[in-house]
Amino acid sequence: MTEFQWPWEYTFPPFFTLQPHEETRQQQLKVWTDLFLKYLKHTNKFSLSINEQSLPLFHNESIQRRLSPELILVILEQLQRSGHATALDKRRQEWQVYWYTLEAYGNMVYDWIQETGQTNSICTLYEIASGESTTQMDFHGVDESVLLNALRLLEEKGRCELIEIDGSHGVKFF
Amino acid sequence: MNRFAYVEARLSSNETFVSRDSRVKIFDGDQKTDFEEGEVVLTTHRLFWGRPGEIARAAVTLCLPLSYVISLGEETTASNFFGRKTRIILHLRPPGPDKMPGPLDTSRATHIKLSGKNGLSMEFHSALRETLNARIWEISLTSETIIKGVDRSPTSDPVNDRLARIQKRTGIGGIERHLEAKAKATDENIALAFQDLSVLMTMAKDMVGLSKTISGRIREQKGEISDDETVRFKSYLMSLGIDDPVTRDNFTSNSAYFSSLAQQICQMLIDPIEEHGGMMSLADVYCRVNRARGLELLSPEDLLHACEQLRGPIRLRSFPSGARVLQLESHDDDLIAIDTLEKVQAAESLAVEELAKQLGISLLLAKERLLVTERLGKVCRDESIEGLRFYPNLLLQRD
Repeated sequence: MTEFQWPWEYTFPPFFTLQPHEETRQQQLKVWTDLFLKYLKHTNKFSLSINEQSLPLFHNESIQRRLSPELILVILEQLQRSGHATALDKRRQEWQVYWYTLEAYGNMVYDWIQETGQTNSICTLYEIASGESTTQMDFHGVDESVLLNALRLLEEKGRCELIEIDGSHGVKFF
Repeated sequence: MNRFAYVEARLSSNETFVSRDSRVKIFDGDQKTDFEEGEVVLTTHRLFWGRPGEIARAAVTLCLPLSYVISLGEETTASNFFGRKTRIILHLRPPGPDKMPGPLDTSRATHIKLSGKNGLSMEFHSALRETLNARIWEISLTSETIIKGVDRSPTSDPVNDRLARIQKRTGIGGIERHLEAKAKATDENIALAFQDLSVLMTMAKDMVGLSKTISGRIREQKGEISDDETVRFKSYLMSLGIDDPVTRDNFTSNSAYFSSLAQQICQMLIDPIEEHGGMMSLADVYCRVNRARGLELLSPEDLLHACEQLRGPIRLRSFPSGARVLQLESHDDDLIAIDTLEKVQAAESLAVEELAKQLGISLLLAKERLLVTERLGKVCRDESIEGLRFYPNLLLQRD
Protein backbone atom coordinates (compact mmCIF):
# COMPACT_ATOMS: atom_id res chain seq x y z
CA MET A 1 0.00 0.00 0.00
CA THR A 2 1.47 3.38 -0.95
CA GLU A 3 1.99 6.12 1.59
CA PHE A 4 -1.03 8.36 1.96
CA GLN A 5 -0.53 11.79 0.41
CA TRP A 6 -1.64 14.37 2.94
CA PRO A 7 -2.76 17.71 1.54
CA TRP A 8 -0.63 20.75 2.48
CA GLU A 9 -3.40 21.95 4.82
CA TYR A 10 -2.67 18.98 7.07
CA THR A 11 0.48 20.77 8.29
CA PHE A 12 -1.20 24.19 8.57
CA PRO A 13 -2.24 24.65 12.21
CA PRO A 14 -5.38 26.79 11.59
CA PHE A 15 -6.74 23.89 9.55
CA PHE A 16 -7.49 22.16 12.86
CA THR A 17 -9.57 25.04 14.25
CA LEU A 18 -13.05 25.68 12.93
CA GLN A 19 -12.82 29.09 11.28
CA PRO A 20 -15.44 31.71 12.12
CA HIS A 21 -15.12 33.48 8.78
CA GLU A 22 -17.91 32.06 6.60
CA GLU A 23 -16.07 31.69 3.32
CA THR A 24 -12.95 30.35 4.96
CA ARG A 25 -14.99 27.83 6.93
CA GLN A 26 -16.73 26.54 3.79
CA GLN A 27 -13.37 26.06 2.11
CA GLN A 28 -11.92 24.45 5.22
CA LEU A 29 -14.80 21.99 5.52
CA LYS A 30 -14.60 21.17 1.84
CA VAL A 31 -10.94 20.24 2.18
CA TRP A 32 -11.68 18.25 5.32
CA THR A 33 -14.54 16.27 3.79
CA ASP A 34 -12.38 15.45 0.77
CA LEU A 35 -9.57 14.43 3.06
CA PHE A 36 -11.88 12.20 5.13
CA LEU A 37 -13.13 10.38 2.04
CA LYS A 38 -9.69 10.05 0.47
CA TYR A 39 -8.17 8.80 3.66
CA LEU A 40 -10.90 6.23 4.26
CA LYS A 41 -10.71 5.08 0.69
CA HIS A 42 -6.97 4.76 0.97
CA THR A 43 -7.19 2.70 4.14
CA ASN A 44 -10.30 0.91 2.84
CA LYS A 45 -12.30 1.80 5.92
CA PHE A 46 -16.00 2.41 5.97
CA SER A 47 -16.56 3.36 9.56
CA LEU A 48 -15.24 6.05 11.87
CA SER A 49 -15.57 6.60 15.56
CA ILE A 50 -15.23 10.13 16.88
CA ASN A 51 -13.31 8.74 19.85
CA GLU A 52 -10.50 7.30 17.74
CA GLN A 53 -8.07 9.85 19.09
CA SER A 54 -4.94 8.25 17.70
CA LEU A 55 -6.14 8.10 14.12
CA PRO A 56 -3.67 10.16 12.01
CA LEU A 57 -6.68 11.69 10.30
CA PHE A 58 -7.68 13.36 13.57
CA HIS A 59 -4.24 14.00 14.90
CA ASN A 60 -1.16 15.45 13.24
CA GLU A 61 1.64 14.62 15.60
CA SER A 62 4.31 16.62 13.79
CA ILE A 63 2.56 19.95 14.47
CA GLN A 64 0.78 18.80 17.63
CA ARG A 65 -2.68 19.61 16.46
CA ARG A 66 -5.74 17.45 16.72
CA LEU A 67 -9.33 17.79 15.63
CA SER A 68 -11.70 18.44 18.46
CA PRO A 69 -14.63 15.96 18.70
CA GLU A 70 -16.95 18.88 17.92
CA LEU A 71 -15.15 19.68 14.70
CA ILE A 72 -15.11 16.00 13.68
CA LEU A 73 -18.85 15.96 14.18
CA VAL A 74 -19.23 19.10 12.05
CA ILE A 75 -17.24 17.47 9.27
CA LEU A 76 -19.21 14.22 9.48
CA GLU A 77 -22.48 16.10 9.40
CA GLN A 78 -21.26 17.90 6.32
CA LEU A 79 -20.52 14.48 4.78
CA GLN A 80 -23.98 13.31 5.80
CA ARG A 81 -25.52 16.22 3.94
CA SER A 82 -23.76 15.21 0.73
CA GLY A 83 -24.85 11.58 1.24
CA HIS A 84 -21.45 10.20 2.16
CA ALA A 85 -22.01 9.35 5.80
CA THR A 86 -24.64 8.08 8.25
CA ALA A 87 -24.59 8.10 12.01
CA LEU A 88 -24.81 4.58 13.41
CA ASP A 89 -25.84 5.44 16.97
CA LYS A 90 -28.05 7.99 18.61
CA ARG A 91 -25.16 9.81 20.27
CA ARG A 92 -23.64 10.28 16.85
CA GLN A 93 -20.30 8.85 17.91
CA GLU A 94 -20.07 5.97 15.42
CA TRP A 95 -20.33 6.76 11.74
CA GLN A 96 -20.47 4.93 8.49
CA VAL A 97 -18.62 6.83 5.79
CA TYR A 98 -18.39 5.83 2.11
CA TRP A 99 -16.55 7.07 -0.90
CA TYR A 100 -19.56 6.97 -3.21
CA THR A 101 -23.05 7.82 -2.12
CA LEU A 102 -25.40 4.92 -1.46
CA GLU A 103 -27.34 5.77 -4.56
CA ALA A 104 -24.17 5.74 -6.68
CA TYR A 105 -23.20 2.36 -5.24
CA GLY A 106 -26.66 1.01 -5.98
CA ASN A 107 -26.59 2.25 -9.57
CA MET A 108 -23.07 0.89 -10.13
CA VAL A 109 -24.09 -2.57 -8.89
CA TYR A 110 -27.28 -2.52 -10.93
CA ASP A 111 -25.44 -1.46 -14.10
CA TRP A 112 -22.92 -4.24 -13.55
CA ILE A 113 -25.67 -6.81 -13.06
CA GLN A 114 -27.35 -5.72 -16.26
CA GLU A 115 -24.11 -5.70 -18.21
CA THR A 116 -23.23 -9.19 -17.08
CA GLY A 117 -26.78 -10.43 -17.64
CA GLN A 118 -27.41 -11.55 -14.09
CA THR A 119 -30.92 -10.11 -13.80
CA ASN A 120 -33.40 -12.48 -12.20
CA SER A 121 -30.65 -14.57 -10.67
CA ILE A 122 -29.65 -14.50 -7.04
CA CYS A 123 -26.26 -13.26 -5.83
CA THR A 124 -24.81 -13.13 -2.35
CA LEU A 125 -23.50 -9.82 -1.03
CA TYR A 126 -20.05 -11.37 -0.70
CA GLU A 127 -20.04 -12.11 -4.41
CA ILE A 128 -20.75 -8.51 -5.22
CA ALA A 129 -18.38 -6.91 -2.74
CA SER A 130 -15.48 -9.33 -2.78
CA GLY A 131 -16.10 -11.74 -5.64
CA GLU A 132 -13.43 -12.39 -8.26
CA SER A 133 -15.64 -11.11 -11.05
CA THR A 134 -15.92 -7.60 -9.56
CA THR A 135 -12.23 -6.83 -8.96
CA GLN A 136 -12.24 -4.29 -11.78
CA MET A 137 -15.34 -2.52 -10.48
CA ASP A 138 -15.37 0.65 -8.35
CA PHE A 139 -17.57 -0.98 -5.77
CA HIS A 140 -15.20 -3.88 -5.24
CA GLY A 141 -14.16 -4.15 -1.60
CA VAL A 142 -17.15 -2.21 -0.32
CA ASP A 143 -18.19 -2.94 3.23
CA GLU A 144 -21.06 -5.39 3.23
CA SER A 145 -23.17 -3.31 5.57
CA VAL A 146 -22.73 -0.32 3.26
CA LEU A 147 -23.64 -2.46 0.29
CA LEU A 148 -26.68 -3.70 2.16
CA ASN A 149 -27.83 -0.12 2.73
CA ALA A 150 -27.25 0.69 -0.94
CA LEU A 151 -29.25 -2.35 -2.02
CA ARG A 152 -32.09 -1.47 0.34
CA LEU A 153 -32.30 1.81 -1.52
CA LEU A 154 -32.51 -0.08 -4.80
CA GLU A 155 -35.16 -2.33 -3.30
CA GLU A 156 -37.29 0.71 -2.52
CA LYS A 157 -37.13 1.62 -6.20
CA GLY A 158 -38.28 -1.88 -7.07
CA ARG A 159 -35.13 -2.96 -8.87
CA CYS A 160 -34.16 -5.82 -6.63
CA GLU A 161 -35.29 -7.88 -3.69
CA LEU A 162 -33.26 -8.73 -0.64
CA ILE A 163 -33.50 -12.24 0.70
CA GLU A 164 -32.23 -13.28 4.09
CA ILE A 165 -30.72 -16.74 4.25
CA ASP A 166 -29.26 -18.05 7.50
CA GLY A 167 -28.35 -14.58 8.76
CA SER A 168 -26.57 -13.61 5.55
CA HIS A 169 -28.14 -11.75 2.68
CA GLY A 170 -28.77 -12.59 -0.86
CA VAL A 171 -30.21 -10.38 -3.54
CA LYS A 172 -32.26 -10.90 -6.65
CA PHE A 173 -32.23 -8.22 -9.32
CA PHE A 174 -35.07 -7.50 -11.70
CA MET B 1 -24.02 75.78 73.51
CA ASN B 2 -23.29 78.86 75.59
CA ARG B 3 -22.54 80.76 72.39
CA PHE B 4 -26.21 80.84 71.55
CA ALA B 5 -28.16 83.97 72.45
CA TYR B 6 -31.88 84.73 72.58
CA VAL B 7 -32.61 86.98 69.67
CA GLU B 8 -35.70 87.90 67.69
CA ALA B 9 -35.73 86.01 64.42
CA ARG B 10 -35.54 88.99 62.13
CA LEU B 11 -33.05 89.68 59.38
CA SER B 12 -30.89 92.69 59.97
CA SER B 13 -29.88 94.97 57.12
CA ASN B 14 -27.67 93.35 54.45
CA GLU B 15 -28.40 89.92 55.91
CA THR B 16 -30.13 87.44 53.64
CA PHE B 17 -31.76 84.06 53.99
CA VAL B 18 -29.64 81.12 52.75
CA SER B 19 -31.15 77.80 53.66
CA ARG B 20 -33.40 75.98 56.11
CA ASP B 21 -33.92 72.52 57.48
CA SER B 22 -36.50 71.08 59.84
CA ARG B 23 -36.66 68.59 62.72
CA VAL B 24 -33.17 69.46 63.88
CA LYS B 25 -31.70 68.63 67.28
CA ILE B 26 -28.83 70.48 68.94
CA PHE B 27 -26.08 68.73 70.90
CA ASP B 28 -24.02 70.65 73.43
CA GLY B 29 -20.67 69.04 72.82
CA ASP B 30 -21.55 65.37 72.74
CA GLN B 31 -24.53 65.77 75.06
CA LYS B 32 -28.15 65.81 74.07
CA THR B 33 -30.19 68.90 74.92
CA ASP B 34 -33.88 69.70 75.11
CA PHE B 35 -33.64 71.57 71.86
CA GLU B 36 -35.12 68.92 69.67
CA GLU B 37 -37.42 68.76 66.66
CA GLY B 38 -36.78 72.35 65.79
CA GLU B 39 -36.31 74.34 62.66
CA VAL B 40 -32.97 75.83 61.65
CA VAL B 41 -32.59 78.77 59.37
CA LEU B 42 -29.26 79.78 57.96
CA THR B 43 -28.64 83.36 56.94
CA THR B 44 -25.51 84.96 55.62
CA HIS B 45 -24.61 86.09 59.16
CA ARG B 46 -26.32 83.82 61.66
CA LEU B 47 -27.81 80.46 62.40
CA PHE B 48 -31.29 80.44 64.03
CA TRP B 49 -32.97 77.55 65.83
CA GLY B 50 -36.61 77.73 66.83
CA ARG B 51 -39.57 75.50 67.69
CA PRO B 52 -41.69 74.83 64.59
CA GLY B 53 -43.38 78.05 63.52
CA GLU B 54 -41.44 80.31 65.86
CA ILE B 55 -39.06 81.57 63.23
CA ALA B 56 -41.89 82.27 60.83
CA ARG B 57 -43.60 84.39 63.54
CA ALA B 58 -40.29 86.18 64.16
CA ALA B 59 -40.48 85.15 67.81
CA VAL B 60 -37.48 85.10 70.11
CA THR B 61 -35.36 82.11 69.14
CA LEU B 62 -31.87 80.75 69.65
CA CYS B 63 -29.29 82.43 67.50
CA LEU B 64 -25.64 81.70 66.80
CA PRO B 65 -23.58 84.32 64.95
CA LEU B 66 -21.57 82.54 62.29
CA SER B 67 -18.48 84.49 63.30
CA TYR B 68 -18.20 82.05 66.23
CA VAL B 69 -17.63 79.14 63.92
CA ILE B 70 -14.03 78.09 63.48
CA SER B 71 -14.53 75.09 61.35
CA LEU B 72 -17.06 72.59 60.21
CA GLY B 73 -16.90 68.85 60.64
CA GLU B 74 -19.18 65.91 60.30
CA GLU B 75 -19.67 62.55 61.87
CA THR B 76 -21.64 59.60 60.67
CA THR B 77 -23.55 57.49 63.11
CA ALA B 78 -24.91 54.11 62.41
CA SER B 79 -27.51 52.36 64.48
CA ASN B 80 -29.48 49.23 63.94
CA PHE B 81 -32.78 51.02 64.23
CA PHE B 82 -32.27 54.28 62.47
CA GLY B 83 -29.73 53.47 59.81
CA ARG B 84 -26.91 55.84 58.98
CA LYS B 85 -27.11 59.56 59.39
CA THR B 86 -24.69 62.41 59.27
CA ARG B 87 -24.33 65.01 61.99
CA ILE B 88 -22.72 68.35 61.45
CA ILE B 89 -20.15 69.46 64.04
CA LEU B 90 -19.49 73.16 64.46
CA HIS B 91 -16.27 74.03 66.29
CA LEU B 92 -16.76 77.35 68.04
CA ARG B 93 -14.70 80.19 69.39
CA PRO B 94 -15.11 81.10 73.05
CA PRO B 95 -18.05 83.44 73.67
CA GLY B 96 -17.30 87.12 73.44
CA PRO B 97 -17.85 89.37 76.46
CA ASP B 98 -20.69 91.25 74.78
CA LYS B 99 -22.75 88.16 74.22
CA MET B 100 -26.47 88.47 74.88
CA PRO B 101 -28.01 86.05 77.41
CA GLY B 102 -28.72 82.64 75.97
CA PRO B 103 -30.14 79.26 76.99
CA LEU B 104 -26.91 78.22 78.72
CA ASP B 105 -24.47 80.54 80.46
CA THR B 106 -21.56 78.16 80.78
CA SER B 107 -20.55 75.13 78.85
CA ARG B 108 -17.31 73.22 78.74
CA ALA B 109 -17.89 72.04 75.21
CA THR B 110 -16.19 73.96 72.43
CA HIS B 111 -18.38 72.49 69.77
CA ILE B 112 -22.02 71.83 69.07
CA LYS B 113 -23.62 69.30 66.82
CA LEU B 114 -26.66 69.55 64.60
CA SER B 115 -28.57 66.41 63.96
CA GLY B 116 -31.87 65.43 62.39
CA LYS B 117 -34.10 62.41 62.46
CA ASN B 118 -32.50 61.25 59.24
CA GLY B 119 -29.47 63.47 59.42
CA LEU B 120 -29.37 66.90 57.89
CA SER B 121 -30.16 67.42 54.25
CA MET B 122 -27.27 67.65 51.84
CA GLU B 123 -28.47 71.05 50.62
CA PHE B 124 -28.35 72.50 54.07
CA HIS B 125 -24.98 71.00 54.72
CA SER B 126 -23.40 72.37 51.58
CA ALA B 127 -25.14 75.74 52.01
CA LEU B 128 -23.65 75.98 55.50
CA ARG B 129 -20.22 75.12 54.20
CA GLU B 130 -20.40 77.67 51.43
CA THR B 131 -21.74 80.40 53.70
CA LEU B 132 -18.93 79.81 56.16
CA ASN B 133 -16.37 79.96 53.38
CA ALA B 134 -17.83 83.16 52.00
CA ARG B 135 -17.53 84.96 55.39
CA ILE B 136 -20.00 87.63 54.40
CA TRP B 137 -20.43 88.72 58.02
CA GLU B 138 -16.78 89.78 58.07
CA ILE B 139 -17.31 92.41 55.45
CA SER B 140 -19.61 94.47 57.64
CA LEU B 141 -17.66 93.49 60.74
CA THR B 142 -14.31 94.67 59.45
CA SER B 143 -15.79 97.94 58.33
CA GLU B 144 -17.18 98.33 61.83
CA THR B 145 -13.93 97.45 63.54
CA ILE B 146 -12.02 99.85 61.36
CA ILE B 147 -14.22 102.64 62.63
CA LYS B 148 -13.95 101.33 66.17
CA GLY B 149 -10.19 100.86 65.88
CA VAL B 150 -9.80 104.44 64.76
CA ASP B 151 -11.85 105.51 67.77
CA ARG B 152 -9.93 103.42 70.22
CA SER B 153 -6.30 103.74 69.20
CA PRO B 154 -5.54 107.09 70.81
CA THR B 155 -6.97 105.96 74.14
CA SER B 156 -5.21 102.58 74.24
CA ASP B 157 -2.54 102.40 76.93
CA PRO B 158 0.78 100.56 76.45
CA VAL B 159 1.00 99.73 80.20
CA ASN B 160 -2.48 98.23 80.21
CA ASP B 161 -1.55 96.22 77.16
CA ARG B 162 1.45 94.65 78.89
CA LEU B 163 -0.54 93.90 82.02
CA ALA B 164 -3.11 92.14 79.96
CA ARG B 165 -0.40 90.07 78.34
CA ILE B 166 1.07 88.98 81.69
CA GLN B 167 -2.40 88.07 82.92
CA LYS B 168 -2.92 85.93 79.93
CA ARG B 169 0.11 83.78 80.68
CA THR B 170 -0.12 83.17 84.39
CA GLY B 171 -2.08 80.65 86.45
CA ILE B 172 -4.32 77.76 85.56
CA GLY B 173 -6.32 80.15 83.47
CA GLY B 174 -3.19 80.81 81.46
CA ILE B 175 -2.59 77.14 80.83
CA GLU B 176 -6.19 76.65 79.85
CA ARG B 177 -6.01 79.58 77.51
CA HIS B 178 -2.82 78.17 76.05
CA LEU B 179 -4.43 74.80 75.40
CA GLU B 180 -7.43 76.47 73.90
CA ALA B 181 -5.26 78.53 71.62
CA LYS B 182 -3.47 75.42 70.54
CA ALA B 183 -6.71 73.59 69.73
CA LYS B 184 -7.88 76.60 67.85
CA ALA B 185 -4.73 76.75 65.79
CA THR B 186 -5.08 73.08 64.87
CA ASP B 187 -8.65 73.60 63.83
CA GLU B 188 -7.69 76.52 61.70
CA ASN B 189 -4.93 74.56 60.10
CA ILE B 190 -7.32 71.82 59.17
CA ALA B 191 -9.77 74.30 57.78
CA LEU B 192 -6.96 75.91 55.80
CA ALA B 193 -5.77 72.59 54.47
CA PHE B 194 -9.16 71.91 53.01
CA GLN B 195 -9.42 75.39 51.69
CA ASP B 196 -6.15 74.80 49.85
CA LEU B 197 -7.85 72.49 47.42
CA SER B 198 -10.20 75.19 46.30
CA VAL B 199 -7.32 77.64 46.20
CA LEU B 200 -5.49 75.20 43.98
CA MET B 201 -8.47 75.06 41.68
CA THR B 202 -8.52 78.83 41.25
CA MET B 203 -4.76 78.93 40.96
CA ALA B 204 -4.90 76.46 38.10
CA LYS B 205 -6.73 78.99 35.99
CA ASP B 206 -4.02 81.57 36.68
CA MET B 207 -1.32 79.06 35.84
CA VAL B 208 -2.94 78.31 32.56
CA GLY B 209 -3.20 82.02 31.85
CA LEU B 210 0.46 82.41 32.71
CA SER B 211 1.51 79.67 30.35
CA LYS B 212 -0.53 81.36 27.66
CA THR B 213 1.16 84.72 28.07
CA ILE B 214 4.60 83.15 28.16
CA SER B 215 3.96 81.22 25.01
CA GLY B 216 2.58 84.40 23.44
CA ARG B 217 5.72 86.28 24.36
CA ILE B 218 7.89 83.57 22.91
CA ARG B 219 5.99 83.81 19.70
CA GLU B 220 6.77 87.53 19.50
CA GLN B 221 10.44 87.00 20.16
CA LYS B 222 10.79 84.42 17.48
CA GLY B 223 13.90 86.10 16.11
CA GLU B 224 15.98 85.67 19.25
CA ILE B 225 15.19 82.07 20.12
CA SER B 226 15.43 79.34 17.57
CA ASP B 227 12.19 77.81 16.32
CA ASP B 228 13.18 74.46 17.66
CA GLU B 229 13.51 75.76 21.20
CA THR B 230 10.25 77.63 20.96
CA VAL B 231 8.46 74.49 19.96
CA ARG B 232 10.02 72.50 22.74
CA PHE B 233 9.22 75.09 25.39
CA LYS B 234 5.69 75.32 24.14
CA SER B 235 5.30 71.60 24.39
CA TYR B 236 6.41 71.78 28.00
CA LEU B 237 3.78 74.38 28.69
CA MET B 238 1.12 72.41 26.90
CA SER B 239 1.93 69.36 28.94
CA LEU B 240 0.87 71.36 31.99
CA GLY B 241 -2.66 71.35 30.71
CA ILE B 242 -4.78 72.38 27.83
CA ASP B 243 -5.41 76.09 27.37
CA ASP B 244 -8.98 76.37 28.40
CA PRO B 245 -10.70 73.25 29.66
CA VAL B 246 -14.36 73.06 28.71
CA THR B 247 -16.32 72.83 31.94
CA ARG B 248 -19.96 72.17 32.56
CA ASP B 249 -20.38 75.48 34.37
CA ASN B 250 -19.92 77.41 31.15
CA PHE B 251 -22.88 75.79 29.47
CA THR B 252 -26.56 75.84 30.11
CA SER B 253 -27.52 72.81 28.08
CA ASN B 254 -25.99 69.38 28.18
CA SER B 255 -25.87 68.97 24.44
CA ALA B 256 -23.90 72.18 23.95
CA TYR B 257 -21.53 71.10 26.67
CA PHE B 258 -20.99 67.68 25.19
CA SER B 259 -20.56 68.88 21.65
CA SER B 260 -17.91 71.42 22.57
CA LEU B 261 -16.28 68.88 24.83
CA ALA B 262 -16.26 66.53 21.87
CA GLN B 263 -14.60 69.19 19.78
CA GLN B 264 -11.90 69.64 22.35
CA ILE B 265 -11.29 65.92 22.70
CA CYS B 266 -11.01 65.69 18.96
CA GLN B 267 -8.40 68.45 18.77
CA MET B 268 -6.47 66.99 21.62
CA LEU B 269 -6.38 63.39 20.55
CA ILE B 270 -6.02 63.54 16.82
CA ASP B 271 -2.23 63.45 16.94
CA PRO B 272 -1.86 60.81 19.65
CA ILE B 273 -4.38 58.57 17.92
CA GLU B 274 -2.50 58.86 14.65
CA GLU B 275 0.68 57.93 16.44
CA HIS B 276 -1.01 54.90 17.94
CA GLY B 277 -1.99 53.55 14.59
CA GLY B 278 -5.43 55.08 14.27
CA MET B 279 -7.20 53.62 17.28
CA MET B 280 -7.31 54.30 21.00
CA SER B 281 -9.30 52.48 23.62
CA LEU B 282 -11.72 54.51 25.74
CA ALA B 283 -9.72 53.77 28.87
CA ASP B 284 -6.65 55.34 27.30
CA VAL B 285 -8.73 58.25 26.08
CA TYR B 286 -10.06 58.81 29.58
CA CYS B 287 -6.59 58.86 31.10
CA ARG B 288 -5.16 61.16 28.47
CA VAL B 289 -8.02 63.63 28.54
CA ASN B 290 -8.00 63.93 32.30
CA ARG B 291 -4.23 64.13 32.39
CA ALA B 292 -4.38 67.04 30.00
CA ARG B 293 -7.21 68.77 31.82
CA GLY B 294 -5.32 68.71 35.06
CA LEU B 295 -7.88 69.69 37.64
CA GLU B 296 -11.13 70.07 35.76
CA LEU B 297 -11.59 66.32 35.72
CA LEU B 298 -14.21 64.67 33.58
CA SER B 299 -16.41 61.82 34.71
CA PRO B 300 -16.36 58.67 32.58
CA GLU B 301 -20.04 59.23 31.72
CA ASP B 302 -19.44 62.76 30.50
CA LEU B 303 -16.53 61.57 28.43
CA LEU B 304 -18.58 58.80 26.87
CA HIS B 305 -21.42 61.20 26.03
CA ALA B 306 -18.95 63.60 24.49
CA CYS B 307 -17.37 60.80 22.48
CA GLU B 308 -20.79 59.80 21.19
CA GLN B 309 -21.10 63.34 19.85
CA LEU B 310 -17.86 63.13 17.89
CA ARG B 311 -18.50 64.01 14.26
CA GLY B 312 -15.27 64.56 12.53
CA PRO B 313 -11.96 63.02 11.84
CA ILE B 314 -12.40 60.86 14.94
CA ARG B 315 -15.34 58.61 15.68
CA LEU B 316 -16.47 56.39 18.50
CA ARG B 317 -16.63 52.81 17.36
CA SER B 318 -18.05 49.74 19.08
CA PHE B 319 -16.66 46.38 18.13
CA PRO B 320 -18.84 43.28 18.07
CA SER B 321 -17.01 42.18 21.20
CA GLY B 322 -18.34 45.26 23.01
CA ALA B 323 -15.00 47.05 23.18
CA ARG B 324 -15.25 50.72 22.33
CA VAL B 325 -12.51 52.81 20.82
CA LEU B 326 -11.96 56.16 19.23
CA GLN B 327 -10.88 55.67 15.67
CA LEU B 328 -9.71 57.94 12.90
CA GLU B 329 -12.32 58.11 10.19
CA SER B 330 -9.69 57.79 7.50
CA HIS B 331 -8.55 54.61 9.16
CA ASP B 332 -11.07 52.05 8.03
CA ASP B 333 -11.16 48.30 8.41
CA ASP B 334 -9.64 47.59 5.02
CA LEU B 335 -6.55 49.58 5.91
CA ILE B 336 -6.28 47.91 9.30
CA ALA B 337 -6.66 44.52 7.69
CA ILE B 338 -3.97 45.16 5.08
CA ASP B 339 -1.63 46.52 7.69
CA THR B 340 -2.26 43.68 10.14
CA LEU B 341 -1.93 41.06 7.42
CA GLU B 342 1.49 42.43 6.56
CA LYS B 343 2.55 42.04 10.16
CA VAL B 344 1.19 38.51 10.33
CA GLN B 345 2.84 37.55 7.07
CA ALA B 346 6.16 38.94 8.17
CA ALA B 347 6.04 36.87 11.35
CA GLU B 348 4.41 33.82 9.71
CA SER B 349 1.98 33.69 12.63
CA LEU B 350 1.12 36.09 15.43
CA ALA B 351 -0.49 35.86 18.82
CA VAL B 352 -2.45 38.82 20.18
CA GLU B 353 0.22 39.77 22.67
CA GLU B 354 2.94 39.65 20.03
CA LEU B 355 1.08 42.10 17.82
CA ALA B 356 0.37 44.35 20.81
CA LYS B 357 4.09 44.42 21.57
CA GLN B 358 5.06 45.09 17.98
CA LEU B 359 2.68 48.01 17.55
CA GLY B 360 2.91 49.33 21.07
CA ILE B 361 -0.85 49.13 21.58
CA SER B 362 -3.04 47.51 24.20
CA LEU B 363 -3.96 43.84 24.05
CA LEU B 364 -7.58 44.80 23.55
CA LEU B 365 -6.81 46.84 20.47
CA ALA B 366 -4.43 44.25 19.09
CA LYS B 367 -7.12 41.60 19.40
CA GLU B 368 -9.70 43.83 17.72
CA ARG B 369 -7.29 44.45 14.87
CA LEU B 370 -6.78 40.75 14.34
CA LEU B 371 -10.51 40.06 14.56
CA VAL B 372 -11.26 42.76 12.01
CA THR B 373 -8.68 41.22 9.71
CA GLU B 374 -10.18 37.80 10.30
CA ARG B 375 -13.68 39.09 9.55
CA LEU B 376 -12.37 40.26 6.19
CA GLY B 377 -11.01 36.78 5.57
CA LYS B 378 -7.38 37.82 5.48
CA VAL B 379 -6.15 35.77 8.41
CA CYS B 380 -7.35 32.60 10.06
CA ARG B 381 -7.08 31.37 13.60
CA ASP B 382 -5.40 28.49 15.30
CA GLU B 383 -6.72 27.63 18.75
CA SER B 384 -4.61 25.15 20.64
CA ILE B 385 -3.35 24.53 24.14
CA GLU B 386 -0.69 27.13 23.40
CA GLY B 387 -3.37 29.76 22.95
CA LEU B 388 -4.83 31.70 20.08
CA ARG B 389 -2.63 32.47 17.09
CA PHE B 390 -3.41 34.00 13.75
CA TYR B 391 -1.99 32.85 10.41
CA PRO B 392 -2.30 34.32 6.94
CA ASN B 393 -5.45 32.85 5.46
CA LEU B 394 -3.80 30.28 3.22
CA LEU B 395 -6.98 28.21 3.27
CA LEU B 396 -8.59 30.73 0.96
CA GLN B 397 -5.62 32.22 -0.81
CA ARG B 398 -3.51 29.25 -1.71
CA ASP B 399 -5.81 27.87 -4.40
